[in-house]
Amino acid sequence: MQLEYFLLLAAALFSIGVYGLVTSRNVIRVLMSIELMLNAVNINLMAFSNYLDPGAIKGQVFAVFVITIAAAEAAVGLAIVLSIYRNRDTVDMEQFNLLKW
Amino acid sequence: MNLAEGVQFVSLVILGGLMIFSALGVVLLSNIVYSAFLLALTFISVSGLYILLNAGFVAAAQVLVYVGAVNVLILFGIMLVNKVEVFSEVKNAWVGKAATGAVCAGLFGLIGTMVTSHPWAISTAPAAGDKAIEVIGQHFFSDFLLPFELASILLLVALVGAIVLARREFLPDLVAPQQEALTLPERPRELVAAGVRDED
Repeated sequence: MQLEYFLLLAAALFSIGVYGLVTSRNVIRVLMSIELMLNAVNINLMAFSNYLDPGAIKGQVFAVFVITIAAAEAAVGLAIVLSIYRNRDTVDMEQFNLLKW
Repeated sequence: MNLAEGVQFVSLVILGGLMIFSALGVVLLSNIVYSAFLLALTFISVSGLYILLNAGFVAAAQVLVYVGAVNVLILFGIMLVNKVEVFSEVKNAWVGKAATGAVCAGLFGLIGTMVTSHPWAISTAPAAGDKAIEVIGQHFFSDFLLPFELASILLLVALVGAIVLARREFLPDLVAPQQEALTLPERPRELVAAGVRDED
């Protein structure tokens, strides 16, 4: 029965992350929301690994890979934020329309 | 429900509540520095959930990588773009927020319905427990060897890419003709009046 609790917690965290991703105005808060969503996915992987596959814990291996990718993503994302801040002098998402028609 | 299960359930409720409320704080608070510190609290409670799931190694990796590296990186980012900025009002912003909230609530309802109605095939095999590190290491160097090596290459690419993106821009006409050895060409930095005391 405990598997459902973990999955529901992960679903709630993912929904909060999606809400922050769409509604935030500050770029750095958008990056934080992405980290929240990655963590929600990780909780799912770990819960499945513990309850459905406790012998060969492949979910934990996947979670380690996700953590690696998340670290790389945060570094590159913050570098992009810094360079875009240097060029446009703002961190407002609504003013970043470089790729918009 | 014996004592161990009771303790597990209480820990699950405490850690889950802490995680959800700090995540809400990350998204909803207006001060971005508070958001960053609440993000660290979220990561720590997620690592507590990993310990509840018999995964001590990943919990330690979570604290090291997320709290120690990613969160500090985000704090540095906040510090570097530290600009008190009043965002211009967007017309009918509440419509977007309400629609997003409705979509997210619907998403949660959908996933929740699926999770509670699906008959999960709970395995009764013995858990890896404390031998989890050995099992993970065997996975890394046998059937997950290629993704493991690719992850190292990806980390190297991300390292180089982050440095290249975040460096000051290179302007060729400003470069001094005598380029010293072992230096990267870059725009000369502006002289900042740091440490100069205001004497009157």
